Amino acid sequence: MSEHDVLNPKQMPLNPEKATLEGKNKFIGFWFFLGGETVLFASLFGTYLALNNSTNGGKSSEELFTLELVFIMTMLLLTSSLTSVYAMYHMKNNAFKKMQLWLGITVALGLGFLGLEIYEFYHYIHHYEFTLRSSAFGSAFYTLVGFHGGHVVFGLSWIVALMIRNSKRGLNLYNAPKFYIASLYWHFIDVVWVFIFTVVYLMGVL
Amino acid sequence: MSTMVATNKRSFGSTLWDYLTTVDHKKIAIMYLIAGGFFFIVGGLEALAIRWQLVKPMNDFVSAGLYNELITMHGTTMIFLAAMPLIFAFMNAVVPLQIGARDVAFPFLNSLGFWLFLFGGILLNVGWITGGAADAGWTAYAPLSIISPGEGVDYYVLGLQISGAGTLIGGINFLVTIVNMRAPGMTYMRMPLFTWTAFVASALILFAFPALTVGLFLMMFDRLFGSGFFDPNMGGNAVIWQHLFWIFGHPEVYILALPAFGIFSEIISTFSKKRLFGYSAMVFATVLIGFLGFMVWAHHMFTVGMGPAANSIFAVATMAIAIPTGIKIFNWLFTLWGGNITINTAMLYSLGFIPTFTMGGMTGVMVAAASADYQYHDSYFVVAHFHYVIVGGVVFALFAATHYWWPKMFGKILNETLGKITFWLFFIGFHMTFFIQHFLGLMGMPRRYWVYLEDQNLDLGNAISTVGAFLMGLGTIVLLYNVVITSVKGEKVGPDPWDARTLEWAIPSPPPFYNFKQLPLIRGLDPLWIEKTEGRSGMTPAEPIGDIHMPNNSILPFVMSLGFFIAGFGFIYQKYDAIWLSLIFIGMGIALGAMLTRSIKDDLGYHIHKEDLEKEAKE
Amino acid sequence: MADKNSVHPAQLDYEKQKRKEEMKQQVITFALMIIFTIIAFSMVASGLDKLFVIPIIVVLAAVQVGFQLYYFMHMSHKGHEMPAFMFYGGVFAAFLCIIALGVLVWW
Repeated sequence: MSEHDVLNPKQMPLNPEKATLEGKNKFIGFWFFLGGETVLFASLFGTYLALNNSTNGGKSSEELFTLELVFIMTMLLLTSSLTSVYAMYHMKNNAFKKMQLWLGITVALGLGFLGLEIYEFYHYIHHYEFTLRSSAFGSAFYTLVGFHGGHVVFGLSWIVALMIRNSKRGLNLYNAPKFYIASLYWHFIDVVWVFIFTVVYLMGVL
Repeated sequence: MSTMVATNKRSFGSTLWDYLTTVDHKKIAIMYLIAGGFFFIVGGLEALAIRWQLVKPMNDFVSAGLYNELITMHGTTMIFLAAMPLIFAFMNAVVPLQIGARDVAFPFLNSLGFWLFLFGGILLNVGWITGGAADAGWTAYAPLSIISPGEGVDYYVLGLQISGAGTLIGGINFLVTIVNMRAPGMTYMRMPLFTWTAFVASALILFAFPALTVGLFLMMFDRLFGSGFFDPNMGGNAVIWQHLFWIFGHPEVYILALPAFGIFSEIISTFSKKRLFGYSAMVFATVLIGFLGFMVWAHHMFTVGMGPAANSIFAVATMAIAIPTGIKIFNWLFTLWGGNITINTAMLYSLGFIPTFTMGGMTGVMVAAASADYQYHDSYFVVAHFHYVIVGGVVFALFAATHYWWPKMFGKILNETLGKITFWLFFIGFHMTFFIQHFLGLMGMPRRYWVYLEDQNLDLGNAISTVGAFLMGLGTIVLLYNVVITSVKGEKVGPDPWDARTLEWAIPSPPPFYNFKQLPLIRGLDPLWIEKTEGRSGMTPAEPIGDIHMPNNSILPFVMSLGFFIAGFGFIYQKYDAIWLSLIFIGMGIALGAMLTRSIKDDLGYHIHKEDLEKEAKE
Repeated sequence: MADKNSVHPAQLDYEKQKRKEEMKQQVITFALMIIFTIIAFSMVASGLDKLFVIPIIVVLAAVQVGFQLYYFMHMSHKGHEMPAFMFYGGVFAAFLCIIALGVLVWW
């Protein structure tokens, strides 16, 4: 397949993200990477579980967390997962404009989530003086949730960069795998959040 | 772009630029070999300094503090900067050729992995010139590593973080290469054993390194940003580090050992002129070792106080690993049995490996017995045990692989006489150094102490051990001389100097940059041997000659790694003065900028045209 | 390679239809995920016994993650054997990490 066919395919195949060898490699490799990421977050979760009662006389999780905020954050992120499914649905149908629209919605929801998380951290730091240095619990909390937040920032920047880069030229066999794995990454962020709201917040206020 | 015909004379600058930007797995292999070899020498010199300090009781060759730095950097350098990269060198040089691929799945990431490793390795060693390297042991146990003054441990943390990221990238790359890029007919159960072990080791990298990443992050936050993960005063727990370190650290042993097993399997089979005995059992044992290797990490922590239940579980799981390893030992012996054996340097290392590694395995079962381990723990017995496994297994394998694959990588055979001299010096030196250490340990000599008293019956043993270490050093010097003399005077050899069995020997030595003009058709295990027995000299092609797609070179991996390297200094020195934060912004800016460039700039590669390939064939 | 990618129009229609139905399934999955989330939050808010609630919310989380993986990330589709294998390898190692740190550390 020549460069021309990759950038300007005569007809988009059924699964454009896996039509080229590069696309297949990216797809497999990114899944493997997510397997490694699972271990990364498990190590952070394990650390959190080991230290979630080590408040060192400071604020505990019951005193800090409010479920309303977490519920809204969860809804935003879960919905953004669905919207990125829609985006990939349109990608496979070669409807570039619609894909961009749904990706845009995904980014907006992600930004909403990120804003609330920043507000949450700000609130803890300024109203409760609860920081990374307060206690081992504080360290574990900010590291686990912060790592997830860092993934959200990276995911958003990635999707936005792809949207801007390709806004003028539409879909082809070169960028379809990129969109696809970015959306996989976004789903994985949601997977991690499901465990964060369960293990950190819900079990934290029980 | 297809005018990439190599001219004979190239300026130094263009050669350098070529290597800085290359994405060719064979050139990356050579860079791994050089960098890994360099760090092997550095680590070896540190080892000699350690042994010289211990040559007599109450010696004052180095101070206690410097001794701590030496043992820490010796262990860290040898594992992360010598053994792993050298394994990666041979994986890069051989695996794509063995499966009939034109390159790895992600050539760009392959280059990035190398540069991250190199810059991480350099960062680790910068501590030597800025007032002290890491001194908390290669395991960097908290709380010692948290309270260790200066920046030594910070360099350890940041350096390992960067080089670890490189290793993880390399691991994923090989997994995908082996899954997706095999030539037609190369089923999983036809893959040579080195490829199989590279595959399992890469999977172990994928699942083990993230635990180290997290451990290093936690330690970085504790040391540099005031968090309290390992600080009991803040409610933290130092044992968390030990778990994270060993969840990574034990699979790491198999990440090193499995490819070593693969190397020996190739060599023993080739020079016995026999198919590897029990191939499927070997594959099964490889996978089983990989699997079990994940469930035994806590045997490094028997004396932590996990209680008898946990200790028993981990003891039993550990002893179970002796079973698949035993399968392998017997299969090697049965491959030799009745074979038409050629004894050359590579084969000598393989034959030396079998008893040496078996002894390491025996002492392994001894230290796996949790109750007995209370006696062995932190004594020279353990030092002897893991050197038997790592040197007797991995370093022997690396030396063997150097001799075995040198003609494939460079087109010349290393001098056999010098090779045999190296082997005997190294082999005798090794056993002199470490065999006696079993007994030093049993007599109560603790590891990591910089002096010992007179009249404790430790004098003679330590002196013998030191002499052995210098013999190993001598052997290594002969090997280096061998490399130089072969490069200068060695004669060119053909594609298949060993009359070997696997695919890499079917193409010229060194291979052209596109590896295979036509992808070969694989008709069974040991594909080249099958063709030879049927009277053909080479592989049957699976496709007509056509355009070959190749990746473009890129400087971005180098730039990205340089960015992280710069940011590393910022992270370390911001603990003294916030002005250093600027380095973090500069470094991360460079790295992220390079990533963004990579993401938005199309890189479609280029094609070597069919006509050029045909023209080349005529020349 | 070019021929392999060209698709018969009838097959294209069929695939499109199939995807549309799958999209419907995914919306249902999403609704279930939202419901599970609401159940989990309200169980915690209702002040039931800890030992009763924790196992249930953990199971709900696991099922939700299964939905994400199999429906949203298409792990149920063909060609996901290796991804699934490696991902579950990661889950296995993750499980060990959590056991080690959650249980063994203070033992």
